[in-house]
Amino acid sequence: MYGRKVKLRFFFIILIISVLVLSVFLVLKSLEENVVYFKSPSEIKSVGELDTKKIRIGGMVKKGSINMSTDEVNFTITDFKNEINVTYSGLVPNLFSEGKGVVAEGFLKDRNFFEASKILAKHDENYMPPEVKAALEEK
Amino acid sequence: MIYSTIGYYSLIFGLVVSLPIFFFSIKNFKNEGIFDSKIIGFSFIQLLLVITSFLGLIISFIISDFSNETVYNNSHTTKPLFYKISGTWGNHEGSLLLWLLVLTLFIFIFLLRSKKLLKNYRILTVLFQQIIIIGFFIFLIDSSNPFNHIFPTPTEGLGLNPILQDPALAIHPPMLYLGYVGSSIIFSSVLAATSLNYISKLWATHIKQWVLISWLFLTLGILLGSIWAYYELGWGGFWFWDPVENVSLMPWLALTTLLHCVLVLEKRSTLKSWVIILSITTFTLSMCGTFLVRSGILNSVHTFANDPERGLFILSFLFVLIFVSLFVFFVFHKSEKEEVISFTLFSKETSILINNWLMMYFLSVVLIGTVYPIFLDVISSEQISVGPPFYHKLIIPFLIPFLIFMALGPQLKWIKSSSLEGKKYLAFLLIISFVISFVIVKNFGNNLLINTILIGSALYLFFITVRDFFREKTQNFSQNLAHFGFSLLILSILFNNIFSSEVITNLKVGETFKNEKFKIEFNDLKKFEEKNFLSFKGYFLIEDNNSKEKLEPELRVYNQPNIITSEADIKITFLSDKFITMNTVQNEEYFNIRYQVKPFMLWIWVSVLLISLGGSISFFKRKSL
Repeated sequence: MYGRKVKLRFFFIILIISVLVLSVFLVLKSLEENVVYFKSPSEIKSVGELDTKKIRIGGMVKKGSINMSTDEVNFTITDFKNEINVTYSGLVPNLFSEGKGVVAEGFLKDRNFFEASKILAKHDENYMPPEVKAALEEK
Repeated sequence: MIYSTIGYYSLIFGLVVSLPIFFFSIKNFKNEGIFDSKIIGFSFIQLLLVITSFLGLIISFIISDFSNETVYNNSHTTKPLFYKISGTWGNHEGSLLLWLLVLTLFIFIFLLRSKKLLKNYRILTVLFQQIIIIGFFIFLIDSSNPFNHIFPTPTEGLGLNPILQDPALAIHPPMLYLGYVGSSIIFSSVLAATSLNYISKLWATHIKQWVLISWLFLTLGILLGSIWAYYELGWGGFWFWDPVENVSLMPWLALTTLLHCVLVLEKRSTLKSWVIILSITTFTLSMCGTFLVRSGILNSVHTFANDPERGLFILSFLFVLIFVSLFVFFVFHKSEKEEVISFTLFSKETSILINNWLMMYFLSVVLIGTVYPIFLDVISSEQISVGPPFYHKLIIPFLIPFLIFMALGPQLKWIKSSSLEGKKYLAFLLIISFVISFVIVKNFGNNLLINTILIGSALYLFFITVRDFFREKTQNFSQNLAHFGFSLLILSILFNNIFSSEVITNLKVGETFKNEKFKIEFNDLKKFEEKNFLSFKGYFLIEDNNSKEKLEPELRVYNQPNIITSEADIKITFLSDKFITMNTVQNEEYFNIRYQVKPFMLWIWVSVLLISLGGSISFFKRKSL
């Protein structure tokens, strides 16, 4: 017969292990659901299947492409190989301007149109998101 | 020029002083007898040298000495004096020098305030702390020298990022660093105490002061950063789950857990392993914080251009420290048999332990969310970001048991409670909380089930802590105040989230926006010239059902560096904030307007202040050793 203490400890270990397994499972599952992938315009043109999940697109704002109305901002993101048109209604960061780097978050409508729900702000006029830098260096 | 030279040589001499400290410490360690006061003397000299060095840098900033590279990169003659001074620590090199300053300051204070403690414990703490100090000295002198010389001397500096030219952000880094570095003392002394098997109630009482003070500074530092983000970044939020924010939250979570464990250790002499592991964790996370923010690894909205090379040094230094501490832990720490089951399931210890585990869970979630993108980038070069939904989904459900245990824990007794005191009363409060919460959510909110339970649990903690203020038997006012503050914080955040409303629109001067809730008139735009920026002020009239409000957000065009920032105009009232920002888009007549009504915003800040107040009362209440 095992003593009471041993039983209690055994019970405890089982409890801790199952809680650990459960939380790891939870974390991984929600990580999978809530991760936002970063793509460049060229990557979007080349993928076989269109992503229905939320993604980020990064590149440069094409010169002369910003067009603003009361409820929308339209512009084009380019990585100098391919480009994609973005519609956005929301807050535009101050450093958002033509010829500068930009990261937009939202959903793809098709291969040429992107509906952004967020445009990311940056603090530094020379700062380029590492993602954009990498995408631009690849070209 | 001369001040930079003085600063640089002070640093070198400061490093050299570590040698006699090491020498006398080791000699004194082997001897029987009393603590050698030469160690204190040399620590004082080291402190003075670092202060001199820091002053040298501050003066270089004040007189705009552009022959110094750090000054050149981060300052400008037209900058107001206050920001010239705060520019000293607004950059990588200067902030590391500040780290070093606080490191040496804290070990000196530690020596002065630990006179009644075991001699060898004090010496070992000094030795461990010296290892960290030497690491920072070498790092500063070798790869982040704040006194690099440029020749020929430029006539004008590059300027400080205007977004950092802000009173809250001027004191935010020093506060945060006091918290971070305070954890270095905890780290060193835990290692010392573990090696000497000195972890005891007496030691807990002494280290508690250090835990409290670091925790206080860290809390206030995070609060300041959050307030700054709220009014300066123009998103109207106060927490974005951004990696840079997360790295300050992680040590805070560890430190808060540590605080509770130290309290248990002081009262009940258990949870020793928890205390050791958490002390090591807190300091490691603080170092990681510095490393991640300064290395440019993090992909963050707060990222400023950084130098990745530097990260490598901090990273390897960090590994050495972790290795040393784990070595000490496994070799010297003997877990005592009676430690294992010295309390029953139904006791204060159990509820603290459960909440410790929950805190560790929150910590792991934040850690995974922060580190996973870096990890994935390294192994698959896939670039991702982890957004708020991830954190919300994983943290919010577990807040419910967390709040309940926080409410019930203080009602239980140490070791064993035969029955819950005032059982009926507690049950009654629970029902009341959920009924009130149900009524609120039903009438105003959405997501009935989850919000009702969440607000209900927060209200429960709220009512119980309120009741405890009026009970004669309230043993622990400071703890109750902090817990009360926490319930208020959660409630304000929840109400803030559920009841916020927002309008984003593009307007030209003279246009009006209207929907069922608000009318926004953009009346005028005026230009002002300030010392180091041009200001464009928008004049808005906002009408809602029962009030008219004039708000004047601003756009600032800074001359050096050439950056546009928008300054929100916020009308703060007791119950809600009205928040408006205006942005410009190149070559467009339209201005991008964001108007928000944010209920209970003020209460978020107030409740964090209450939490800190609880901590500071506890700090000043008892005479420390």
